[in-house]
Amino acid sequence: MSHAAAELKMTTAPAPRTRPNTGGRSSDALPAATLVQWLRDMMLIREFENRCAQAYQQAKIGGFCHLYTGQEAAAVGTIAATNPDDPIVTAYRDHGHALARGMDPGACMAEMFGKATGCAKGKGGSMHMFDKPHWLFGGHGIVGAQTALGTGLAFAARYEWEVLKRPLANPGVTGATPAKKKVCLTYLGDGALNQGVLHESMNLAGLWDIPVIYIVENNGYSMGTAIARGTTMAHDLTKKAEAYGMRGEIIDGFDVIDLYDAFKPLVDWCRENQKPAFVDLKTYRYLGHSMSDPQKYRTKDEVEQFKSKDSIDRMAHVLMNERKNKDSTPVLSEQAFTDLQTSIKEQVRHAMEFAENSPVPDASELHTDVYLNPMPNLSPTAEYRHGAKNPLL
Amino acid sequence: MPRTEAMIKQGLTLVDAINEALYQEMERDTRVVCLGEDVGLNGGVFRVTEGLQKVFGPERVIDTPLSESGIMGTSIGLAMAGMRPVPEIQFEGFLGPAFDQLVNHAARYRNRSRGSITVPMTVRVPWGGGIHAPELHSDSPEAIYAHTPGLKVVIPSTPYDAKGLLLSAIRDPDPVVFFEPKRVYRSHREQIPEEAYTIPIGEAKVVAEGTDVTIVSWGACVHTCNEALDHLPEDVSAELIDLRTISPLDAEAIVRSVEKTGRCVVVHEAPKTAGFGAEIATIVQERSFLHLKAPVQRVAGFDVMMPYYKLEGQYLPDAKRVEEAVMQCLAY
Ligand SMILES: Cc1ncc(C[n+]2csc(CCOP(=O)(O)OP(=O)(O)O)c2C)c(N)n1
Ligand SMILES: [Mg+2]
Repeated sequence: MSHAAAELKMTTAPAPRTRPNTGGRSSDALPAATLVQWLRDMMLIREFENRCAQAYQQAKIGGFCHLYTGQEAAAVGTIAATNPDDPIVTAYRDHGHALARGMDPGACMAEMFGKATGCAKGKGGSMHMFDKPHWLFGGHGIVGAQTALGTGLAFAARYEWEVLKRPLANPGVTGATPAKKKVCLTYLGDGALNQGVLHESMNLAGLWDIPVIYIVENNGYSMGTAIARGTTMAHDLTKKAEAYGMRGEIIDGFDVIDLYDAFKPLVDWCRENQKPAFVDLKTYRYLGHSMSDPQKYRTKDEVEQFKSKDSIDRMAHVLMNERKNKDSTPVLSEQAFTDLQTSIKEQVRHAMEFAENSPVPDASELHTDVYLNPMPNLSPTAEYRHGAKNPLL
Repeated sequence: MPRTEAMIKQGLTLVDAINEALYQEMERDTRVVCLGEDVGLNGGVFRVTEGLQKVFGPERVIDTPLSESGIMGTSIGLAMAGMRPVPEIQFEGFLGPAFDQLVNHAARYRNRSRGSITVPMTVRVPWGGGIHAPELHSDSPEAIYAHTPGLKVVIPSTPYDAKGLLLSAIRDPDPVVFFEPKRVYRSHREQIPEEAYTIPIGEAKVVAEGTDVTIVSWGACVHTCNEALDHLPEDVSAELIDLRTISPLDAEAIVRSVEKTGRCVVVHEAPKTAGFGAEIATIVQERSFLHLKAPVQRVAGFDVMMPYYKLEGQYLPDAKRVEEAVMQCLAY
């Protein structure tokens, strides 16, 4: 991997190695409970998506539905490396990011059911998970469009720290806690590599040293198009980063611990030096692109091969066999694992029930949240509801 | 920027007024940043942001590369995080590359997130024809953006309105497309208050009062209409309304006037078909049908591309066409 272009700009901070040769791996310092929590988060996403698929087939979920199954380690491992107030944006395959960031599964499911209790009050749907308290600025339905927004969110974070010297969240409060250095994670699919807006965004980020990390969740396909059929230099995407003067890393997204160990130093470096980066995160989606996909573009064998590297199985194996407590018992016992499975099933069942039993949005919601102040003169339909002046009616 | 001798003596142009508004708002609110192609060092293609970078520094008056989609998207991200970005797109035709960001994203966040994430951004765009520029540098695409719920569309025609409306736009909690009529940029000077003031978005202005016919217009065409008023016969009393904002539309002001005069002529630069005049004609017939003494007339650009400058005068509505439409309406 070459960092030639990035190195030209890096006069002060040396590039970190993905594997520091002293001091061990970042994850070594983490308590076992954190690793168990990652496993739990990945299992929660898997179970959640399974139940989504069922609900979709029962026509309880409308719109479109893109499942994250197979990619769980990507969201969990990268988000684990951030602070809770680092902003993130993603594309439409967004349930995993929402859950990994801490969104209540009930609010997430209710959103897909179009219910008033959804995270966007049932108006956004599967592609539009928003959770401002958790600094999740949404899923996005236009492939690639979110890359510019992430660039802007990161720009704002830098402005806050460098120019305002106070958090934007409290406008008008001077002398409040100085803003801290933040990094914005901006996720995109490999299909978005071919959208112009990504290249404009990367150019701006490289030019202005914006602390944004573009994470390509490279699952090898955009709908039915294999990456090499749509993208130049698919065998080494870091070249694209190099062209924009930013660090680029290829990270294996199948082992969540490895992923974290490779990604955490990069986030820390971007935060400390307020610089952008680009990650080609290798992952794989097990299911079709959306709920109706003939999958002519790949073989069953290929899918099975990737499933044999399943990140959840792997993590469970590590925690139940390799990671040991001081008394050399495994950090996750058979019993604890079974309990985990049961509690997740229970949690997702609750989320489903919550979504089922929640009310649909009131019809008046149709006219809200278009502008801060409703403007009835904008909408003749609203006028008709209240009795039009039209003498023919 | 602080006023020059010429400005104090002769008044402010539209350019001066917008510059003054930006200067005052940037001074008042550190969340306001201007960004766009050459807005800093060079002061913008029309010199609207002249001098601001010297005062506020390159971190608040930001020269961007040629990157409309990136400028718009980055501005949306800034606004989502709580800033007050004021991007400039050099000419209305260049909104094309930024269209996705503006229409599919900026306009929709409040709704998509049910009010939790909003985009308080003001997109400044030089707009309209009449300066001998080619197409893409002379178009009037306001109807497209007025047709986008979630966006506000403001088009001032005077320095006074431009300053007050721009300050309102920057302080507005929702995204505003602020179209600046290029033809008026330096054509008029006006004495306007030096202190900051706001004009509510969504309020039309009665420029001239009258009883026989209502002329509705916005942007540079307001001045064309004013000229036409001078040429109308003495006994014709025309009311001229400058909408100032087309979204939200001050339908009440139109209806009130038409119910008084019984006649309506709409004047705009954009092509006639599906232009914003069609919306006004429809509102008038929906709401004031029995008051009408004549069909609503539209004086508009033709359904062609904005021509190159030798034919510009043939395309743009002029005072004569307005006058004819008014007389036809009266004779109906
Ligand atoms: C601008 C745009 N063009 C086309 C689509 C239709 N579309 C939705 S997802 C998709 C494939 C995207 O693939 P990728 O970016 O790799 O993400 P993945 O589905 O693999 O997560 C396409 C073509 C769209 N949503 N937006
Ligand atoms: Mg893909």
